[in-house]
Amino acid sequence: MVNIINRLIAWLSIPALWLSLLLSSNQALAEGGRSTLNMPEGVTPVSIDVYGLHMEMFWWCVGIGVVVFSVMFYSMIVHRKANGAKAANFHESTSLEIVWTVVPIIILVAMAWPATTSLIKLYDTSESDVDIVITGYQWYWKYEYLDEEVSFFSRLSTPQEQIRNQAPKGEHYLLEVDEPLVIPVNKKVRFLVTSNDVIHAWWVPDLAVKRDAIPGYINESWARVERPGTYRGVCAELCGKDHGFMPVVVKAVPEDEYTAWLADRREQAEKIKALTSKTFTLDELMVQGEQVYAKACLACHGANGEGGVGKAIAGSPIATGDIAAHLDIVINGSKVNPAMAAYKETLSEVDTAAVLTYQRNAFGNNTGDVVQPIDILNFKQGK
Amino acid sequence: MAHGPAKGFTRWLYTTNHKDIGSMYLWFSFAMFLLGGVFALVIRAELFEPGLQIVEPEFFNQMTTMHGLVMVFGAVMPAFVGLANWMIPMMVGAPDMALPRMNNWSFWILPFAFLIMVSTLFMEGGGPNFGWTFYAPLSTTYAPPSVTFFIFAVHIMGASSIMGAINIIATIFNMRAPGMTLMKMPLFVWTWLITAYLLIAVMPVLAGVVTMMLMDIHFGTSFFDAAGGGDPVLFQHVFWFFGHPEVYIMILPAFGIVSAIIPTFARKPLFGYSSMVYATASIAFLSFIVWAHHMFTVGMPIAGELFFMYATMLIAVPTGVKVFNWVTTMFRGSMTFETPMLFSIAFVILFTIGGFSGLMLAIAPADFQYHDTYFVVAHFHYVLVPGAIFSITAGVYYWLPKWCGNMYNETMGKTQFWLAFVGLNVTFFPMHFVGLAGMQRRVPDYNQFFADFNMISSCGAFLFGAAQIMLLYNVIATIRGGKKATAEVWDNPEGLEWTVASPAPYHTFATPPEVK
Amino acid sequence: MKTAGQKNSTPVICAKLGITVVMMFVFAIFIMPPLYDLFCDVTGLNGKTGDALSKDKANSFGVDTSRTIKVQFLATNNENMPWEFGPKITSVAVHPGEPTVINYMATNTTASDMVAQAIPSVVPFKAANYFHKTECFCFNNQPLAAGETTDLGLSFIVDIDIPKHIKTITLSYTLFDITETAKATGVTKLEADKGLSSTKRLSAPSFLSTLAALN
Repeated sequence: MVNIINRLIAWLSIPALWLSLLLSSNQALAEGGRSTLNMPEGVTPVSIDVYGLHMEMFWWCVGIGVVVFSVMFYSMIVHRKANGAKAANFHESTSLEIVWTVVPIIILVAMAWPATTSLIKLYDTSESDVDIVITGYQWYWKYEYLDEEVSFFSRLSTPQEQIRNQAPKGEHYLLEVDEPLVIPVNKKVRFLVTSNDVIHAWWVPDLAVKRDAIPGYINESWARVERPGTYRGVCAELCGKDHGFMPVVVKAVPEDEYTAWLADRREQAEKIKALTSKTFTLDELMVQGEQVYAKACLACHGANGEGGVGKAIAGSPIATGDIAAHLDIVINGSKVNPAMAAYKETLSEVDTAAVLTYQRNAFGNNTGDVVQPIDILNFKQGK
Repeated sequence: MAHGPAKGFTRWLYTTNHKDIGSMYLWFSFAMFLLGGVFALVIRAELFEPGLQIVEPEFFNQMTTMHGLVMVFGAVMPAFVGLANWMIPMMVGAPDMALPRMNNWSFWILPFAFLIMVSTLFMEGGGPNFGWTFYAPLSTTYAPPSVTFFIFAVHIMGASSIMGAINIIATIFNMRAPGMTLMKMPLFVWTWLITAYLLIAVMPVLAGVVTMMLMDIHFGTSFFDAAGGGDPVLFQHVFWFFGHPEVYIMILPAFGIVSAIIPTFARKPLFGYSSMVYATASIAFLSFIVWAHHMFTVGMPIAGELFFMYATMLIAVPTGVKVFNWVTTMFRGSMTFETPMLFSIAFVILFTIGGFSGLMLAIAPADFQYHDTYFVVAHFHYVLVPGAIFSITAGVYYWLPKWCGNMYNETMGKTQFWLAFVGLNVTFFPMHFVGLAGMQRRVPDYNQFFADFNMISSCGAFLFGAAQIMLLYNVIATIRGGKKATAEVWDNPEGLEWTVASPAPYHTFATPPEVK
Repeated sequence: MKTAGQKNSTPVICAKLGITVVMMFVFAIFIMPPLYDLFCDVTGLNGKTGDALSKDKANSFGVDTSRTIKVQFLATNNENMPWEFGPKITSVAVHPGEPTVINYMATNTTASDMVAQAIPSVVPFKAANYFHKTECFCFNNQPLAAGETTDLGLSFIVDIDIPKHIKTITLSYTLFDITETAKATGVTKLEADKGLSSTKRLSAPSFLSTLAALN
């Protein structure tokens, strides 16, 4: 009885698993939707190429597998002692061994040919229309449009409550950012990838672009997106604590929309500059500061400033002491503890002023200090 | 020479007997296997559903790192060394290993290495959290302070492996019985000989790479720091120059075990013995020129990518020869399916599937999609779990009656096999899917899109874990009693180890046997 | 005990294998890094640029006015590097063989004296070998006093032999804060000004002297 069950499982498990992969690939092709079972075909010529290569390899493997496993299962069923099989005594055959060395080599050449042409295509970064510098940070991305004077940071926008299971998870849980990368469709976009700290990898499956971001070095890749839409990816190389929490979102839009967006970004930048010279009230800064705190500080310093990976802010000698020292650690980072990053670039003057004011007045730190954006600017410029 | 083992703890502490040391290696590796398994279950428990439930990301990273390090250096490698210690002298007709006192040393430094390594988990800043591949600068400039202890532990492990390898080479070259020519050696001895050379060649490179890390961290050098004229990518090249042969160190002895078991239960000699030897040697050679296929996305000139892609694809040829040989050995045999045979057949099937995904990963343009996703995790677990773990389990069942003189419980053995087999496939097969669909490695949390398969994986992992407890129970029960085994144990198996009594006497082949 | 095929005694085997182990260790630390550098020089891997050219050699090139190549300049601050740092112009169009001078600018915005090191990197990798710097601030450590601003000069020339399909070259500098290491290795501001070599990768002799210093 046990034997029959065993045999059944053996017969069913392996082919069933492979079959499910086959079915899934067909289903993905039919619906053109996103399959939970297979690689997306993607929206660039390269990604479609890569998908084709992937499926071709897959079918080669299935074919070889069917042949090899058929012979194996045939022997296991027919040539068993229980069926009275007598063992033969052959143990070599030079011609057979030559055949199964040469045939795989031929198959490998057949596989290598299309792979080589795809790779050459993937490496051709010349004559791009848009150049974007991507810099990896622990744990977010910076996008900089060359010659456009537009640059911004892109961070995870999934709220902590969803991650901590205190709120229902949204559709794009962990795959959503505050500021997506916007690119024009049907234009060759070149990505120049580098890093500010450790090694990251910028990956968007639909674009078939995955490139390591290495500190001190620059890497390049490209994509020509053929369909407008929002494409989501992640950091693929382990980069520390929040490696799983630094997604990539790319929005591909028609060219006129892209140009309008660029103009809008520049205008916003001007506005923020203007705000820097404005004087805010304590309440205004506290409201803004709470939001900035949740985005930039909370993960390490805790929702109530109680600390965690980072030191406690509630009652901390820095947040209740000399303002200049507090400014220094937030803007330039900690000299002794590399985990406390520099926020000079990543927070605007207004945001920095707000979060400083917030830290100095929230969590029972009631110092009453108000820090204005202009103070931050002066500090940054060494005044 | 006829005296038996000493009594008590000192027997084990001072022993120079290859069987005692082999047993200690095997028990140690099983303990490490369970520990690494517990780490794996922490990972799978956290990944059971989306959201952070059980551990913090920081600790999760320590778990993935320690799981890898403990399984590779603590479970798989010592288990193979344990089997080598037990079996190689008996297979070549030698009374013991060539260097028995060094043998004792190479085992006894291992527990200390792992004590140091595991203790880092309790240090301030936590244990290693940079992945078992410890890429710089995450493992240098950005590492927790405990990294120094990690480096020290790796040095000790490396020393242990190197001593073990030297011992095995010396034993095989100098201790063979008269008439036991190289081409008459069992394949397990052959594959271990080649593995030992791989160890000699690459363990010093691992020692070198961690030494460079140590210098960068404490002595102001800049091997891997771009600021001082170094290069983080250099780390990856040196690491994988060690790392790829290391992967084969964990699989070549497995080929040897399976090549011993399949002929026994097919009642037919191994097909293509000499091509097996040459295939093993070519795999070992190729392992030195394919390392950068782990680094396709790092930014290499296209000529480099192509070279490493072609070289990697070539590995399919000797590996294919091996699989074809095993299948042909079974063909027109007279097969029975005892537990060791079941594990060996599962090895051939699942290792082949792992080989297929390996071939897909070798295709550089497609690797830009696969790299650092769960597809890679699925691939190397399909190669390593059926490859190393199943073959070791098969070997344990196969030789256990010889070691302790009793037959194991066959029904329990088969049940354990089916639990492990189903558990393994349920755990790792869905990882292909989530990887292809876009889930990256080494993350504690994920989108609901990947939720179903992750939940299935986690269930399978616990099933697989339970199967190992059953193995432990079966082995202990067999040691304590059971049906007496004959000297031959199986139906006319091949090899000198079956010519001595079961259990094998404390000293075997004090006078060398005559090999025709 | 006499056994089959015994050629070497066990101590001889151990000695040979032991020597192999030591050689592999030495290979990993002392041979692989320079070998890798050499490999990078040849292939342009990671965009390490071509050899520095003397001015005379550079002038002997001749200019290929039939082609124009766009050279882009990027700047990245590594973590915790608070300086203002960037190119004065983001790109120039040059003919191959034409010597060009551009400037980066750096400001030390902090209240303390610091030393920086700029690390260059070029894409496409193929172009790296054809991009020659005749003068570059990246050759030296760059000290700046608190609040000081300076121009950082870069003269380069694109090789006349550059392959036809390369139309854009991107040059990136990453600025690292090396104040601590500069202090530790005794590089004072004065020495750095004299253009002390920036490369601190160990050579074998310096490795031994470091070890000696530790004892």
